[in-house]
Amino acid sequence: MKVIVCIKQVPDTKGGVKFNPDGTLDRGAMLAIMNPDDKAGLEAALRLKDQYGAEVTVLTMGLPKASDVLREALAMGADKGILVTDRVLGGADTWATSSTIAGAIRNLEYDLIITGRQAIDGDTAQVGPQIAEHLNIPVISYAQEIKIDGDKVIVKRQYDDRYHMLEAKMPCLITALSELNDPRYMTPGGIFDAVQADITTWGRADLKDVDDANLGLAGSPTKIAKASDKVRKGAGEKVVPDTPEDAVKYIVGKLDEKHVI
Amino acid sequence: MQNLEEYKGVFVFAQQVDNVVSGIAYELLGKAKDLAKPLNAQVTAVLIGSDVKGLCDKLAEYGADRVIVVDDPELKEYRTEPYAHALSSVINEYKPEIMLVGATAIGRDLGPTVSARVATGLTADCTVLDIGDFPLQPVPGKESEQKHNQLLMTRPAFGGNTIATIACPNNRPQMATVRPGVMQKIDPIKGAKAEIIEYNPGFTPNDKYVEIKEVVKAVSDIKDIMDAKILVSGGRGVGSPENFKILEDLAAAIGGQVSCSRAVVDSGWKPKEMQVGQTGKTVRPNVYFAIGISGAIQHVAGMEESDIIIAINKDEDAPIFDVADYGVVGDLNKIVPELTKQIEAFKAAKA
Repeated sequence: MKVIVCIKQVPDTKGGVKFNPDGTLDRGAMLAIMNPDDKAGLEAALRLKDQYGAEVTVLTMGLPKASDVLREALAMGADKGILVTDRVLGGADTWATSSTIAGAIRNLEYDLIITGRQAIDGDTAQVGPQIAEHLNIPVISYAQEIKIDGDKVIVKRQYDDRYHMLEAKMPCLITALSELNDPRYMTPGGIFDAVQADITTWGRADLKDVDDANLGLAGSPTKIAKASDKVRKGAGEKVVPDTPEDAVKYIVGKLDEKHVI
Repeated sequence: MQNLEEYKGVFVFAQQVDNVVSGIAYELLGKAKDLAKPLNAQVTAVLIGSDVKGLCDKLAEYGADRVIVVDDPELKEYRTEPYAHALSSVINEYKPEIMLVGATAIGRDLGPTVSARVATGLTADCTVLDIGDFPLQPVPGKESEQKHNQLLMTRPAFGGNTIATIACPNNRPQMATVRPGVMQKIDPIKGAKAEIIEYNPGFTPNDKYVEIKEVVKAVSDIKDIMDAKILVSGGRGVGSPENFKILEDLAAAIGGQVSCSRAVVDSGWKPKEMQVGQTGKTVRPNVYFAIGISGAIQHVAGMEESDIIIAINKDEDAPIFDVADYGVVGDLNKIVPELTKQIEAFKAAKA
């Protein structure tokens, strides 16, 4: 069984987002990490490796330094890492990103593709389903449990007020929630091996069956009209009322003023 | 190349579950009406399901000029493939200029699949939609290249720390998923009727039709706190699981739901699904009451996008006051029950 896990390197927002004095985001001050939902997807794949001897390939698209997350994945137990990097691929929206990754995956054999539900920098949750659509395979998003049954995969999928147990014929793509599992740690031996491991690097020329018109900034249907780092909301009013009644009067007044009640 | 001029009208995916229209559908219709005005366009609801024709009048009352119904037994429970086939076939046949989908568990699955199938852009989780120019300002020397009457889609990213306005100038439809609870539905127009079109593109199951082995409903009787417009959230300062009663009473009086901080979950007072914060859920209600919550950064990260934050805490130096719009220093055990009483009285007087 062959599993491909798509992972992304993202700035870490844990322990708070860092800001410049002018209130804009200080991206340089934040560590780059493996996106949490992707890490859960990787752990799910590694469990399939433990259980069924699946071969796990991790794939990322990004700047050359994104190979760091591939090495981390190898140190956790993945078998092979592929970095898709090329200047012409930069500035891609989800359409161009999914077109690129699908173009890379067409070179590979697979039974299952696992992606994270969404990345903590973009929060779109679009790339996984769009990869499946480009590859013309079924997608099951928001997986909470994954089981294999012969050539089928059985997934628990959560909706607002219910869950579905879904069965899909492989090959298929699953998007994973970080709630799926607790990812394992890298092992010392794994880290040692990962540092020396070969990472396969692919550029534009290695993508299969993708039109230039669907790549990079130019191939992105969505265009940014305006972007701003949001200035963090500061403290508002603070009152120290003499009695609970005064406190309540103050709150009710504000709720009325804001048309909440 | 698409002929962009062929694409007309504002379309809304009218999500229904168990033959009940989801609230987001009405919210999208309200927004679609606003957007249709400057475009001088029609509002069309796309209703997909099995045996759902009876819902058309409701959609008309909330602003749909026209309803396209795709009704087929294959569409009984939501599944990605038959629904994506239904919606993308409607798009290819009726060519909307704008296609809005709710950013619900269903919409965030359906939207990306459909946008990839019809080869257009999709902007996720929008909080503001407008009609305007792209680029926003004409580029000197290239004034004639500025496009008018474009859908401008604004969304937060990076956990809400950045905002971007996005356009889709060269592809149609311009597609967006829209966060529930942000757009306003209109007051229903009783007796309003819409033009109804029945359309069936044919459904032939293939490998992409995932099989539903089991549907388990009401896994929990706790409503999703992410959908709440008002959250009454308690922290360790509430003191005991029993004392959450006063928060539940307040929530009932104001029409909200109870949520909590991590400390409360770690103490075993409330289940994990009620937890707000970095390791819990990110919520953005209209009003967030932080009651007895000190305001650790991990908690704040999950609620700071709330429109109005009201904090009640006895510790004057609690960091929660740094993000609160209205902070009240005092004893929650006295303030909260009194607040419930006053809100009930206020509502009664107004009714």
